[in-house]
Amino acid sequence: MSDETITLYKHMKDLPSNRLLGTGTPMCAGCGGLLAIHQAYDILGEKTVFVNAAGCMTLLAVYPYTPFRGSWLYTSMASAPAGAQGVRDALDIQLARGRIKPEEDLQVVVLTGDGAAYGMGMSSTSSAIEHGLDFIYLCYDNEGYANTGQQSSPATPHGARTSTSTGPQGFGGHKKDLFAIWAAHRPAYVATVIATEPVDLARKIEKAKGLKGSRLIIALSPCPTGWDFDPRETVEIGRLAVKTGMWPLKEYENGKVTHTRVPPKRAPVEEYLEKQGRFAHLFHPRRNEAMLAEIQARVDDYWAGVEADHG
Amino acid sequence: MTRTLITGNAAAAWGARLAGAEYVPAFPITPQTEIIETLAGWIDAGEMECRLVTLESEHSMITAAGAAASTGVRVFSATSSQGLLYGMEMVYAVPGYRAPFVLVNVSRGVQTPVTLEPDHNDVLAARDSGFLQLHCATCQEVLDSTLIAYRLAEDHRVRLPALVNLDGFYLSFTREPVEIPDRAAVEGFLPPYDPETTRFHAGEPVSQGVVVLGGAYYSYFRYEQHLAAQRALEVYDEVAAEFAQQFGRSYDAVETYRSEDAEIVFFMIGSFSTKAKDAVDRLREAGQAVGLVRPRLLRPYPAEALRRALDGKKGVAVIDQNLSMGMGGVLHGELAGALYGRAGMPSVLASFIGGLGGRDIAAEEFYEMAAVTRRACREGSTPPPRLLYTADELRQMRKLQAVAHAERMEGKQ
Ligand SMILES: Cc1ncc(C[n+]2csc(CCOP(=O)(O)OP(=O)(O)O)c2C)c(N)n1
Ligand code: SF4
Ligand SMILES: [Mg+2]
Repeated sequence: MSDETITLYKHMKDLPSNRLLGTGTPMCAGCGGLLAIHQAYDILGEKTVFVNAAGCMTLLAVYPYTPFRGSWLYTSMASAPAGAQGVRDALDIQLARGRIKPEEDLQVVVLTGDGAAYGMGMSSTSSAIEHGLDFIYLCYDNEGYANTGQQSSPATPHGARTSTSTGPQGFGGHKKDLFAIWAAHRPAYVATVIATEPVDLARKIEKAKGLKGSRLIIALSPCPTGWDFDPRETVEIGRLAVKTGMWPLKEYENGKVTHTRVPPKRAPVEEYLEKQGRFAHLFHPRRNEAMLAEIQARVDDYWAGVEADHG
Repeated sequence: MTRTLITGNAAAAWGARLAGAEYVPAFPITPQTEIIETLAGWIDAGEMECRLVTLESEHSMITAAGAAASTGVRVFSATSSQGLLYGMEMVYAVPGYRAPFVLVNVSRGVQTPVTLEPDHNDVLAARDSGFLQLHCATCQEVLDSTLIAYRLAEDHRVRLPALVNLDGFYLSFTREPVEIPDRAAVEGFLPPYDPETTRFHAGEPVSQGVVVLGGAYYSYFRYEQHLAAQRALEVYDEVAAEFAQQFGRSYDAVETYRSEDAEIVFFMIGSFSTKAKDAVDRLREAGQAVGLVRPRLLRPYPAEALRRALDGKKGVAVIDQNLSMGMGGVLHGELAGALYGRAGMPSVLASFIGGLGGRDIAAEEFYEMAAVTRRACREGSTPPPRLLYTADELRQMRKLQAVAHAERMEGKQ
């Protein structure tokens, strides 16, 4: 994000203090996904309709309560973007026919986990972008099917233990690159965020909100329950995800990818991994040097590529 | 009024056009595709003010339909067979939104094996979903049922989506003379879409499709949907009466043909019932008291009207163009449930499975079904279920099997 960008959010003190999202949701203590939604909602505001897919956040709206001041539509695990398509098209039809006033219009926001965003919902997502659908996709990425007990998903990182990858090597696959998949569709905007970098998150939501077309925000969402750490560590783990370079903060716009936070001196990935029970088998009973080196090498490779690109 | 020769698919498209459908989420599948192509053609030519969006699957298509209806526009969509099954998660989900729209299904047998030709296993898979179901026998009925379906689905007492069914090929691709009403007359019958309280827009937040915690809350909402579907029975009668008054065509929830004084009746849905009518005429000429009873409305199930229609009959030949594996004909089981233990109901319900994958039902087979049912009445015992299949068809099948066997053996040498 270039410095000339006009933004309301330059410092922590600029962030909204209004707290639009209601309290009392059944999310786990220390839920990094809820934290990101909380922050995003303050900026998106109440003129929104959240179109949700099956996952932890489906339990935000439990009859007769909702933490949202605006609207909510639960669809299915696979088809939230198609729900957004139906809502957006119907709003446009009514706007064109004067049945609703421009001030009654809504920002359509798809809210899903990684299982839906990286996997089951990929077909409907691709279709929505292909239609140039005017919507924001907010993915809280907790790197597994958390709601069903943290099984491996297409977003699970290499080596992580999940409830379906319990062996000594953890998950054998590699986290899918959703950012690149979206960018390949040439949408209006794609960004990665994390709640522990609230100013960066706010600026990206602000930017997405100001654009039209298909926009994706992927929020890495430390999940105490699924990643096996104490809820009080959520913020520290989130910070380490960025400091170690495991979670690059970046955005895509007009065919160009920009990194919004380049860690000046990256901390070793171990610092991030050792804080989480899901990687404990890489350290105990003995260190799995090969796997640790492999994970470090992937991160180093990634950043070497970034530096090469930026000259 | 002039009548135009059009296909069943064109009749469905005319229904959507005359109803003033504003939004059509679409996906192609034979034998339905002509419906969405026709609508797309009208939209592109500026003859219809509507937005058609091709989604990437029927699952998405039905999601978009439910979402758009929940946002406040009149929605039309169409599918068939594998498409309906592909969207089935959402077919069961969207009725709970209580946002009505009309979905046309052009019946086609489901795989495996693969076929393009019709039977009713596809639409019957949606039987318990909460969609209302109207089943058509003629192209005129397709157009008219689409209009009736909107009125019924959108009625304040109902608020459920409706499925209008026509048979692939036999109706979808068959031209029949159809009276196409003019738009002004239809507007008198079908007022503009009223989204009631379900409408996403700023200022009045709505939450749709939410979670409930506990079986008691779940039961409440599910039963409420059931009651709404049941109310659709009386609403249907009102709507059909109004339609008849305005357009001069009557569509009772249960069609009866020469059944008043009949001893034996055929019981079936769909386009093959027109063949049954011919058979009834021939049998009447031969002095046999035979008739036809055809439910147009399958959901809600018009149990009371069926009992009235069948009161005092000796036997019913139920012809199921579907097969519930390990059980038999779906219509047969349902009808038995509606009649069992009531005074005056026919004692013989003979079950016939026919017309699977578009297999024809010949006039002689109708005569035979009538004879079998009559004999059963005389002997006082219900015959075993029977598949309509001729010795010649079996010979043809055996020939193909012999070819397949020979080919395989050749490959092994
Ligand atoms: C069609 C379908 N298959 C399976 C499920 C069961 N299910 C509910 S939530 C969920 C996990 C979703 O994962 P993700 O999108 O990452 O969200 P999270 O649970 O992590 O919040 C699954 C598999 C479902 N609801 N629907
Ligand atoms: S399981 Fe994880 S993502 Fe789900 S509510 Fe708990 S902390 Fe949040
Ligand atoms: Mg997840």
